[in-house]
Amino acid sequence: MPGLIDARHRKRLAWAGVVVVAIVLAILPFALAQVGTAWVRITNTAILYVFLALGLNIVVGFAGLLDLGYIAFYAVGAYVYALLASPHFNLHLPFWIILPIGAALACVFGVLLGTPTLKLRGDYLAIVTLGFGEIIRIFLNNLARPVNITNGPQGIAQIDPVRIGDINFATTQQVLGVAVTGPIKYYYLLLLLMIAVVAINVRLQDSRIGRAWEAVREDEVAARAMGINTRNIKLLAFAMGASFGGVAGGMFSAIQGFISPESFGLVESVMVLAMVVLGGMGNVWGVILGAILLSFVPEILRYTVEPAQKAIFGRLLLEPEVIRMLLFGFALVLMMLFRPAGIVPSSVRKRELESRRA
Amino acid sequence: MDTFLQQIINGLTLGSVYAIVALGYTMVYGIIQLINFAHGEVVMIGAMVAYSTIVALSGGTGLPPALVLASGVAAAIPVCMAVGYALERVAYRPLRHAPRLAPLITAIGLSIILQHLALIVWSRNPLPYPQIIATVTYQITATAGGATITNVQIAIIGGSLATMALLLFLVYRTKLGIAMRAVAQNQQVAGLMGIDINRVISLTFVIGAGLAAIAGVMVGSYYGIAHYQMGFILGLKAFSAAVLGGIGNLGGAMLGGLLLGIIEALGAGYVGDLTNLCNLSGWSTALAQRCAVDSNLTLFGSNYQDVFAFLVLIAVLVFRPSGLLGERVSDRA
Amino acid sequence: MTAAAPSPDVPATGGAHVLLAARGITKRFGGVQALSDVGFTINHGEIYGLIGPNGAGKTSLFNVLTGIYAPDGGEFVFDGNPLMNMKPNEVARRGIARTFQNIRLFGNLSALENVMIGRHVRTRAGVVGAIVRNAATRAEERAIHERAYELLEYVGVAAHANRFAKHLAYGDQRRLEIARALATEPKLLALDEPAAGMNATETASLKRLLAAIRGDGVTILLIEHDMKLVMSICDRVLVLDYGKKIAEGSAADVQKDPKVIAAYLGGEISLELPAR
Ligand SMILES: Nc1ncnc2c1ncn2[C@@H]1O[C@H](COP(=O)(O)OP(=O)(O)OP(=O)(O)O)[C@@H](O)[C@H]1O
Ligand SMILES: [Mg+2]
Repeated sequence: MPGLIDARHRKRLAWAGVVVVAIVLAILPFALAQVGTAWVRITNTAILYVFLALGLNIVVGFAGLLDLGYIAFYAVGAYVYALLASPHFNLHLPFWIILPIGAALACVFGVLLGTPTLKLRGDYLAIVTLGFGEIIRIFLNNLARPVNITNGPQGIAQIDPVRIGDINFATTQQVLGVAVTGPIKYYYLLLLLMIAVVAINVRLQDSRIGRAWEAVREDEVAARAMGINTRNIKLLAFAMGASFGGVAGGMFSAIQGFISPESFGLVESVMVLAMVVLGGMGNVWGVILGAILLSFVPEILRYTVEPAQKAIFGRLLLEPEVIRMLLFGFALVLMMLFRPAGIVPSSVRKRELESRRA
Repeated sequence: MDTFLQQIINGLTLGSVYAIVALGYTMVYGIIQLINFAHGEVVMIGAMVAYSTIVALSGGTGLPPALVLASGVAAAIPVCMAVGYALERVAYRPLRHAPRLAPLITAIGLSIILQHLALIVWSRNPLPYPQIIATVTYQITATAGGATITNVQIAIIGGSLATMALLLFLVYRTKLGIAMRAVAQNQQVAGLMGIDINRVISLTFVIGAGLAAIAGVMVGSYYGIAHYQMGFILGLKAFSAAVLGGIGNLGGAMLGGLLLGIIEALGAGYVGDLTNLCNLSGWSTALAQRCAVDSNLTLFGSNYQDVFAFLVLIAVLVFRPSGLLGERVSDRA
Repeated sequence: MTAAAPSPDVPATGGAHVLLAARGITKRFGGVQALSDVGFTINHGEIYGLIGPNGAGKTSLFNVLTGIYAPDGGEFVFDGNPLMNMKPNEVARRGIARTFQNIRLFGNLSALENVMIGRHVRTRAGVVGAIVRNAATRAEERAIHERAYELLEYVGVAAHANRFAKHLAYGDQRRLEIARALATEPKLLALDEPAAGMNATETASLKRLLAAIRGDGVTILLIEHDMKLVMSICDRVLVLDYGKKIAEGSAADVQKDPKVIAAYLGGEISLELPAR
């Protein structure tokens, strides 16, 4: 029975693959630290973006709701963390209390925004969420008077790092004779969070709720005729996406130690959207790849294009920041025009190709 | 009462700019039922091109200021039209039958690209619009310190009224206008009647972009500043105005623009006083003492001006999605 | 399960149990009177035909029945309970499933997933269940999968279970839509022109499928322009013209009705006699 052996063989290969990936992920930060701690930080940011992109993937990819104010929920999570764990109000709550609060508050905002607007057609929703993102930013910028809540454009500094028992994520510690730096500790924490969000995405997609989201995305009228309460199911996607944004924001605060409204502009919303689009909306593995690519490529450009320009032209013609944004813009346009299904084919498409060959 | 009058004048000025930009959104929406996300960027390009032209011509050429300004507008219009045409060809035409999300996402991508190309060309910093025509302020009310109107405001209001009249003439009195309305009614039938649908759609974008160019110059001159990100908020507001009036409806866009301008101006003018906690001094002696020191305890000051447009947008979408003048449309099952 | 008794003001025809009663259904679209004062009853276990020239209001009746549009007047009583101001999803939960004249499948999902979505309304797993995958959720998921596959086999498209719905042949798409509707366990299955675009062989097998569905105890409301099919399978037929009911009765009676013949002669569809 060659088929059976083949299947068993394939399963063993798959397990071997998982083990290899796990080992690589486990030693990655130490390898990167050899190149420079900056690269560990960049990797951490990339993981944070994977997290954010997968949160947005639930809203845009699964349910087909174009949320352009996603970064507002990230901001809510970040400010909740900053306010509850910094000298600003002299509060220093532990992170495992704050993250759920941030997630819950972001979720409340999501529901507040979603309830009146989710019955609207998709493009209206996009504009309203865009406006919502702007409103949140205006509030963050101005809620410094008459009572100083957000400290305005100056932002909030000296935010507490994550602490678990004796482990302080901001300092270097010796573990079994190996120096483990703060960024390396955050790496492992973020990795755990990311694995959780990947698992949640994968499991949701292949579930009754995930199918209902996809039904709404494909054809809302037909979905309703099949008995799906489209309003609730859209609200659920929106609220879940918002909560993930809130958690990511909290982590961002803790890692950066400083936040200001500037970090939560349209640019960030577009960046996360570009990651989701590049990977193929709704395709979990594609979105992960999209997020990793769009986090690393600009950094690599920063380290190559900048010196190259200086060498060739003697000065900096294009700031890396501008190149980065052009990259996002082109990613959105070119993907939509030429590969709307993303850079890697989705599982359904693969299954379809297989069944056609058969 | 003077604050009121003054805010109405300011609101009308801004509102007429919103109206012109809103017309661009509404025309495109009326014809292909899509929101042209990158329209705000076209306004920005208009402001920038006019800025460069004005700066170039006002430096010692000795041309009369009015001519310099007119040249700025004349340069901005064709550039914007070209951008508008390109937008349609790149973002919308290839995706006309794709799911609705696709052209939206492409347009967002194009906005980002346009913004950063503008950044490369015109720098990251706000550009001071040259004041080539001296601002003259006219008193409207007899009392000193009363409401005033400037020649710039008069020019903006007058210019937009003229522009709108021209557009209405174009749409209701010319062959192209008839073709546009026919395509908006029913593309298939219009095509069968021998109308070149693609050409009409392209022209709609081009005309909208021309309006955006004019609006760009107006905003630049009014605020005295141009910036590569200025189109974003402006576009959002103008879109809100179009929705307020009833998207797809030309009269609606004009009405919505003017109304939104006035709402914003009145909101910004009064929100500070209305939300001043010192209004409540009679309720609490502690508050009264505090207010004796600093009588300005406003919760929301005029820096929240930008919020009003979005509140209006959300309110309209929730309570009357068809807008003030729009008809109800429903998806067919 | 004891079915609720029909409310007293619903006339029970010939003593049979009434599943759906419509009274005075009216719907306007701007100036178009799509439906005016339409009333009828459908009995349990019947195949009830709904015919009429193009634009007669057949699809509009479906849309009003399934809650996609609110009627301007009139009411439906389904299985003893009024369907008043109900949203489409509530109507589906009550036991009315439909297909669409212009096929509305979930194109970028597989055929199997399309039918699995039909099970949504009869299953319960929520977000938490989906994430933790407890035993109950896994069992439910297995059952959904099995039932969906059975239905695909039942309608004859199981061979394409893993293909995108949008890539299926036209006739298969129509069958898939029926399978998806059946997955909601309807008491009444409303089909909008299921034979449209089918050739004679496909129509014949569709007819067998409809008979089988009825045999399983599902009542069918059938919009169809293929008169041969209507006349050979429907127990009773309702004829609409310009939104008005112009005839109702057995297939044989209806096709002799002069008003019906006049309506069709004015239209483009000829009234064929059933093949013997
Ligand atoms: N959403 C809508 N908006 C405006 N008019 C509509 C709408 N739906 C249906 N109509 C109009 O109502 C009338 C009845 O249409 P309906 O689709 O119910 O006819 P039908 O009997 O199903 O025709 P066909 O056999 O062609 O499918 C037609 O004149 C149609 O144009
Ligand atoms: Mg029909």
